Amino acid sequence: MPEIKITPLGAGQDVGRSCILLSMGGKNIMLDCGMHMGYNDERRFPDFSYIVPEGPITSQIDCVIISHFHLDHCGALPYMSEMIGYTGPIYMTHPTKAIAPILLEDMRKVVVERKGESNFFTSQMIKDCIKKVTAVTLHQSVMVDNELEIKAYYAGHVLGAAMFWIRVGSQSVVYTGDYNMTPDRHLGAAWIDKCRPDLLITESTYATTIRDSKRCRERDFLKKVHECVEKGGKVLIPVFALGRAQELCILLETYWERMNLKYPVYFALGLTEKANNYYKMFITWTNQKIRKTFVQRNMFDFKHIKPFDKTYIDNPGAMVVFATPGMLHAGLSLNIFKKWAPYEQNMVIMPGFCVQGTVGHKILNGAKKVEFENRQVVEVKMAVEYMSFSAHADAKGIMQLIQYCEPKNVLLVHGEAQKMEFLKDKIEKEFKINCYMPANGETSVINTPTKLPVDVSLRLLKAEAVRYNALPPDPKRRRVVNGILCVKDNRLSLLDIDEVCDEIGINRHVIRFTSTVRFDDPGPAVKTAEKLKALLSEKLEGWTITISDGNISVESVLIKVEGDENTKSIYVSWTNQDEDLGSYILGLLQSMVQSS
Amino acid sequence: MKLYCLSSDASKPCFVLSFKELLIMLDCGLSAHSVLNFLPLPPVPSTRLASLPNYTPPHVNDPLLEGELKECCGRVFVDSIPEFCPPLDKVVDFSQLDVILISNYTCMMALPFITEDTGFKGQVYATEPTLQIGRFYLEELAEWVSGAGGGTGAAARRWKELLHVLPQPLSLAARPRSWRRLFAPAAVARSLARVRVVGYDEKVDIYGALDATAVSSGFCLGSANWVLRSAREKVAYVSGSSTLTTHPRPINQAALRGADLLILAALTQTPAHNPDHMLGDLCVHAAVTLRAGGCVLCPVYPSGVLYDLLECLSAHLDTAGLQHVPMYVVSPVADSSLAYSNILAEWVSVGKQARVYLPEEPFPHAALARAGRLRHARHLHDDAFSAEFRQPCVVFCGHPSLRFGAAVHLVELWANNPAHAIIFTEPDFPHTEALAPFQPLSMKAFHCPIDTSLNYSQANKLVRELRPRELALPDQYAPPPPHHHQAPRSVPLPHRHVAQLLAGQQAGARAAAARAGAARPVPTVVVRRGAARACGPRRRTARGSLGAALAAHAQAAARTLPAAPAADAQALRLAPLQAALSLRDNRLELLPAPPPPADPAAPPQPGGSGTGALPRLHWGALDVDALVRALAREGITDARVERSAAAPAEGGGTAAADSMSCIVHLPRHDTLVHVERHATHVFCEGRADVRQALRRALAAALPHV
Ligand SMILES: [Zn+2]
Repeated sequence: MPEIKITPLGAGQDVGRSCILLSMGGKNIMLDCGMHMGYNDERRFPDFSYIVPEGPITSQIDCVIISHFHLDHCGALPYMSEMIGYTGPIYMTHPTKAIAPILLEDMRKVVVERKGESNFFTSQMIKDCIKKVTAVTLHQSVMVDNELEIKAYYAGHVLGAAMFWIRVGSQSVVYTGDYNMTPDRHLGAAWIDKCRPDLLITESTYATTIRDSKRCRERDFLKKVHECVEKGGKVLIPVFALGRAQELCILLETYWERMNLKYPVYFALGLTEKANNYYKMFITWTNQKIRKTFVQRNMFDFKHIKPFDKTYIDNPGAMVVFATPGMLHAGLSLNIFKKWAPYEQNMVIMPGFCVQGTVGHKILNGAKKVEFENRQVVEVKMAVEYMSFSAHADAKGIMQLIQYCEPKNVLLVHGEAQKMEFLKDKIEKEFKINCYMPANGETSVINTPTKLPVDVSLRLLKAEAVRYNALPPDPKRRRVVNGILCVKDNRLSLLDIDEVCDEIGINRHVIRFTSTVRFDDPGPAVKTAEKLKALLSEKLEGWTITISDGNISVESVLIKVEGDENTKSIYVSWTNQDEDLGSYILGLLQSMVQSS
Repeated sequence: MKLYCLSSDASKPCFVLSFKELLIMLDCGLSAHSVLNFLPLPPVPSTRLASLPNYTPPHVNDPLLEGELKECCGRVFVDSIPEFCPPLDKVVDFSQLDVILISNYTCMMALPFITEDTGFKGQVYATEPTLQIGRFYLEELAEWVSGAGGGTGAAARRWKELLHVLPQPLSLAARPRSWRRLFAPAAVARSLARVRVVGYDEKVDIYGALDATAVSSGFCLGSANWVLRSAREKVAYVSGSSTLTTHPRPINQAALRGADLLILAALTQTPAHNPDHMLGDLCVHAAVTLRAGGCVLCPVYPSGVLYDLLECLSAHLDTAGLQHVPMYVVSPVADSSLAYSNILAEWVSVGKQARVYLPEEPFPHAALARAGRLRHARHLHDDAFSAEFRQPCVVFCGHPSLRFGAAVHLVELWANNPAHAIIFTEPDFPHTEALAPFQPLSMKAFHCPIDTSLNYSQANKLVRELRPRELALPDQYAPPPPHHHQAPRSVPLPHRHVAQLLAGQQAGARAAAARAGAARPVPTVVVRRGAARACGPRRRTARGSLGAALAAHAQAAARTLPAAPAADAQALRLAPLQAALSLRDNRLELLPAPPPPADPAAPPQPGGSGTGALPRLHWGALDVDALVRALAREGITDARVERSAAAPAEGGGTAAADSMSCIVHLPRHDTLVHVERHATHVFCEGRADVRQALRRALAAALPHV
């Protein structure tokens, strides 16, 4: 039985970095090529030596698919294509192709220029890498080669995020990347059709959470921000430049407008305008409401939110600052954090998940002191709030997606082992399908049934339909065809006997059997024939029985009655393929004669 | 497969294809030539048009005709709300349509006529730009026509009964009784709400019977050719395609290759004009006019070539030192159209796409608008717009027919001034006809039609490259019939010219193919409006799938046919197969058959082969000696063979043929076996065990599966 093999090189029972190897039908596909933000050494990249210990990697991978622009999904791509030397095809959506290089460059600057690392990819490498990318549109069926087909579905999550359906022959897999089943202020909900893949590989970041309503979380967030600035506090919101930032900006902007607030709101990094331009140009990827109104009012033109300047850090009084990066692991958001953390009236709101090893992760776990590389220790007196705004599906959403696409197996990635266990249990119980959760470097093997294409004769099908429709309706009745399977040039066809003879040029040899039954039945032969027909009709439910000139026929079985006033000869004749029917009828007549 | 043609205008096509028991409409173009017979509807009242004299045909006194016709510039026009010519509604029952596939926004204007109040229950598919821009076109049309308040209530109808007494060209109007007024805005909205949006290269499942895929056609934003695929057949519908490089994504030819049937429509309407040269001419005429202080009017649609005009003309005016000249786009949908074009990153050419990655708008008109060089307004008389209106200027506005829209007012306004110019770029209407009610005209008129659709040599080249098995064309593109004196046809003259052009091309291709010893010319089917033609391959099988378990089972039972006279006997295998049928969403699957009934005495089920283990098909000639040996093995040793003279062989008196007819006699079992060349008839008494022994013996003596 053919199989599908999955090996996570990242995201196997962890959330750090996504990189999953998929093998089916002789093709090897890499799903995402992410970077781990919690590490500063080679552990941040996937272990490519797993694929091939030495020598070129290109021959081992048929294509790389990137689900969205988050660095934990695409951060290692320039490393793979420019430093490891992968030269094969790379696929992502248009917005991802547009935005990923900006985030990559941003991250590169932090790593190389601020942390002074040297063994890292360069700006030019990022550009060269992106040049090799083939951009795809939603639902476009892309043939990577003659056998490998991929198709992107809308995933919500961030601008341009996609889930991918991948098919080789009759086997298919859906990989979700990160997705979101509820629409938010700027994006729609993930959507997929009933594609019934053999395997669904889904993220499970929030595997055990059923999140409260979005509205409640938004109200909570606004309340906390408002209370803090009212008391003269400063609010730091670490975000990634693109994604959640736009949603929270829309949220604050409308609240400030409605409440007529005057506290300054800043968005750090010159990226704002550029980032918002991407949203304007790829507005077809945002939600219905924004798309409908964009001609009159572009939601990404903000009135209250101004660009941030570093000198504002020490400004007195209340303010709200959006600063990158999102997990407080480097850059401006970390700098601001260091300055503001020791004061009680201030607040940091973490609107998304933080991976282990980041400052964000530490303070969310209650750390009151954070130590830095240069022995600098920062006391954390400011309020630390966590608000899950990162747009991942929760347990309910994951179950919903399974319901939508009806996979035959599920495999969980991008989550924590314990939580996965819980969800795995739930999926297996509720959907009665197998669920897998391999760790990094571990391989899951999924068996799939094969299906071969076959051309079925319309004549056979029509004959079957006539038989089927003649019977009283019964949904449980199985529909059956009977023909000759013909294998010619590796193509299968199911034909009826005459078609086979035509198709391959042979002369059929018909074998017919005829037996005689003697029956003492006074009266004309026609009367006897009618009696027989009545008997057959009673016994042979569902068969078409015709009578003409005293001859009865059922399929190829012919029954003829001859004889004088008293004794009749009943001839029963049938061709070889109707042996069952013929011998049954003969037996029926024989026992009728004996019992009379 | 059957193809119906419902449109008389090959550039506004409408076909219906019956394929796999589905009725598929390909495009629903609305022919607007009819509006040229009507008086212009000025957006603001015109004293000239309001005071035209009535026309009454000589010797006709028909009070019902009163006020329907007016005389203007020596011609007779109908004074009523303009009417359009929708696709024929008598040939195909629209309520029976399963799907409508739309290729581009110029070929969908009749959609409400098909889908509203007709009982239509099917699906409509189009790309997102086609839907959006199509909506702009329909909304603009509705607003121009109804907003002008023209016509006086009831539609003029009497004149249609009196065509024979009217002067030309009105008397030549084709079937005016089938003309329709534009639909109400509510109907437009309902109709467009039915459209399902698809992307390029997205396989759309049509009721499980086939896949439809829109592939880029290179003609305008979102324009598509359609590829219909069943398991075995492929039909390509090529409509409004361009092999030129303009702003949309280039044509995807690979997807169209090797179709069983290629339907070709909406070729260029101006084969004699090269679009590039026309664009150049336009820029020159505009610059000359502007430099002399005149204004330039371009009657255009609110999307499409307009974007190229804005881009090229602004660049040309820059180099000509005329960058201060404002450009205006006046249309109820101008703002939407201009804004919308800049968010279609995924639908534009690679060059334009590269700009989006910067990120900058793909079209320069956003930058022109920011710089104040390009302004747009819903109406000419919008206060803000009139206040900033400066001359000389360039105005782009509809409608290209000059029968309604802002263009009517501007022509009225500028007609007497020879400094101004009107430049026609849209190919849908003959410009002299469009200008007929505005004569005498002092302003300059230039004809620079820009039609980027395939011209005839491009179309022929494409057909040669795509190598379809069969080609279907509307009759306007086909060679004239060999005996045209027998078949009077109403094809207008330019079309006949076109037809010959294409015929000539085909002859050339034939000659070239003959010289190269290559493929034969493509068999061509010609469809005329209102007619249907059978075309495409005939199907004998349906595609299904076979589970692995069943395939393995069949494989085990399969028998190779070394003796069969097939080309490659090795590759040919046969096996009897009984399978359960599963039909879900029109998908056919063969599954392991249910087990035979547990009770052997129960009657056999229809369609079942019962025990299934017995041979189902025998062929070839019976080996009588082998039969006798096999019977002996079964314990039947009394077989006696009689060569029968009474059963003459078909082949005549050869010894071989004779040996095929004989009788095998089994006296102890009271059984006779009549053996002939292609048949064996066993007359036996009713003992089942003897019959089974005979069956086994026959199987040993005959090739079978
Ligand atoms: Zn993500």
